[in-house]
Amino acid sequence: MSDASLDAPVLSADGKPLKQSLNQALRKQKIRALILIAPLLVFVMVSFVAPIGSMLMRSVQNTAGVDYIPDLMPNVVASIKDWDPRSGETPPEEVYRGMAIDLAAAFENRSHTQLGRRFNYESPGFSSLFRSAGRPVSRWDLENDGPFKEKFLDLNDDWGNIEYWASIKANSGYYTTSYFLAAFDAERTSEGIRFKDPDQRIYQKLMLRTLGLSLLITFCTLALGYPVAWLLADLPVRTSNLLLILVLLPFWTSLLVRTSAWKILLQDQGVINNFWVWLGFAERLPLINNQTGVIIAMTHILLPFMILPLYSVMKTIPPSYLRAAKSLGASNWTAFWRVYFPQTTAGIGAGALLVFILAVGYFITPELVGGADGTFISNRIYFQFAVSGNWGLAAALGTLMLVVILVLYYIYDKLVGVDNVKLG
Amino acid sequence: MKLKTTLLATGATMVAAAAFAQDNMADSMTVVSWGGAYQNSQVKAYIEPYVANNPGLNVITDESSAEAVTKLRAMSEAGNITWDLVDVTAADGLRLCDEGLAMEINPDEMLAAAPDGTPASEDFGDTLIGDCFIPQIVFSTTFGYRTDLVSEAPTSVCDVFDTEKFPGKRSLEKRPIGNMEWALICDGVAIEDVYDTLETPEGVAQALAKLETIKDDTIWWSAGAETPQLLADGEVVMGSTYNGRLFSAIVEQDQPIGMLWDWQMFDLDGWIIPAGLPEDRLARVMDFVEFATDTQRLADQAAYISYGPARASSAPLVGQHAELGVDMKPHMPTDPANSVNTFVFNFEWWASYRDDLDAQFQAWLLQ
Repeated sequence: MSDASLDAPVLSADGKPLKQSLNQALRKQKIRALILIAPLLVFVMVSFVAPIGSMLMRSVQNTAGVDYIPDLMPNVVASIKDWDPRSGETPPEEVYRGMAIDLAAAFENRSHTQLGRRFNYESPGFSSLFRSAGRPVSRWDLENDGPFKEKFLDLNDDWGNIEYWASIKANSGYYTTSYFLAAFDAERTSEGIRFKDPDQRIYQKLMLRTLGLSLLITFCTLALGYPVAWLLADLPVRTSNLLLILVLLPFWTSLLVRTSAWKILLQDQGVINNFWVWLGFAERLPLINNQTGVIIAMTHILLPFMILPLYSVMKTIPPSYLRAAKSLGASNWTAFWRVYFPQTTAGIGAGALLVFILAVGYFITPELVGGADGTFISNRIYFQFAVSGNWGLAAALGTLMLVVILVLYYIYDKLVGVDNVKLG
Repeated sequence: MKLKTTLLATGATMVAAAAFAQDNMADSMTVVSWGGAYQNSQVKAYIEPYVANNPGLNVITDESSAEAVTKLRAMSEAGNITWDLVDVTAADGLRLCDEGLAMEINPDEMLAAAPDGTPASEDFGDTLIGDCFIPQIVFSTTFGYRTDLVSEAPTSVCDVFDTEKFPGKRSLEKRPIGNMEWALICDGVAIEDVYDTLETPEGVAQALAKLETIKDDTIWWSAGAETPQLLADGEVVMGSTYNGRLFSAIVEQDQPIGMLWDWQMFDLDGWIIPAGLPEDRLARVMDFVEFATDTQRLADQAAYISYGPARASSAPLVGQHAELGVDMKPHMPTDPANSVNTFVFNFEWWASYRDDLDAQFQAWLLQ
């Protein structure tokens, strides 16, 4: 009797096994939770993940306009496979013939110029080569007018340039590495992949500069923000609230306005330099259109992002700890360094992470006060995206930036531990 | 009698045709331009008179021309073109045409002939760049200098490179276009050889070496408004920018700035019609473009801003500034006194070499 009752499943009030009914209840709860977050999830997917994902994909897609290269140049792609650029000879007639057919077809849709722009990223000169060839090629009789090699060479000697054909061959797939190569300051030559000459490298330098200056700015905000946050946490609430408004006030002012204000203060004929000269110094200080200007302006602009997390963490540290340390014989410095400071590391971690990641992506301030040697990589990404129109390279640089940030975040997590980071 | 009937019949057909055309035109049109004084001049000279002739038309203005290429590309990929007419520089016009984002035009069919009957293609002449670009104005990138901060007025563009005679900072645009040409001209390269020289690595090195001599004295600008501001603040003694910006600093704001027209770089600005507009919107925009680019309208625009009309036949009609009453002719880049030495961008050449030279230029800036 008692054995049988142990073996039988425990039933809930409606007669179902308890386990089953518990699972059911949990599933219901999960679905309800999912429905509650569904609007946000859809919003994030549609407005954030999908566009960024599709943008990042452009860094490897080999397209001209919206079409892939192999779809635009099927005949060239098929026939150029067997040609070896290292042979030192121009491609066989078959390839030229394919080019004539593909160019004539492309000219119908006016996509020959898009092809020119795509290959112009590889070697300058393609753009005008393709544009000028479109119309004449469309008038050729593709059945009987061969051989086409001579006809192309009559149009322009560059059709006999092996490097050009090597570029086409290297970028004839659906996907390409050339944008990432460019983002690493490397290029593909007929002898293989190599880095560009040191004085031709841009993105390596810009990446290092961006990370270096961002790190420096983070330290500056910490050095300036820590005492302020401590003061705020230490003062009676009424006074500290007033001072907090002073911290927040610039935070509410437009970024552009703050940057422009720094321009007025820092320029050669500006307020600070005029005061400097009034003090009796002959030389005006170069404070703007260089890295100094970027560091000063960005430190100021990002300061609240350091002070606020620090303040919120320091607010939770009871002042009695410091008093206890001192009553036990610690000097002022020991009490601070051994007792107070370790408790604020969570705030430092949060503030540093926030400021650093914001700084790495900064764009307007370096553009306006950075001059030639204070620009960031984001300025080049913007240029490639909006001015030059090379979305593939912009996407490759963006992807690289994202990877660098994720790697740094990972290292940071290992060293400091993201669980220890406290925003309040 | 017969003649009269024919005339009447033709007249009736024409009226009917006009009414028919009117019916098929969209009653709203989005015109994109650069904002500021320039777009204002277009509103005053083209849009307001056109709307007066076509009551009920709703013209929406947008100020996105700086990102026109990117935005049109995105619109085209999304399959939803919301712009009807876009004001772009010739280089962007060529690029949009290349990418199939702008509609190809036939100037003689679409644009009005000059009052003396000269066909549009001849009247616009060399300003017709590529197959899609409808020219409006000639502007130039040239130098302004602070009259009170130089010992004598600079007369040659090479004075920009002479830091002994003209000490102080100068401002140049943060891109190779223009700067490379000036550097080579001042390094002794003949004007007709400039682009051939720039095509070689040695030529690029030569131009950059010339720019190197003033690199430490240069502030690099990226927005056209920066140089007038830097000049007004006394931050630079001379700097390059668009001539219309300098005109407004000198004439409208009364700043102590002088013009240095030597080897000004001519550039063009004009309309493109996005490819793939629905029929009614296309009909409307074609009607507007024909009106807005006729000889009188182009001359009218010059009453608001100091940019030269792209039509030869408009030049004699240029009069006085609409508000200040200043004679506009001496402020035009195309005025004979100003255009002794001029330079026209080689748009096709830059379309090919722009990406490469820009990378080299930026690498040089970073050194």
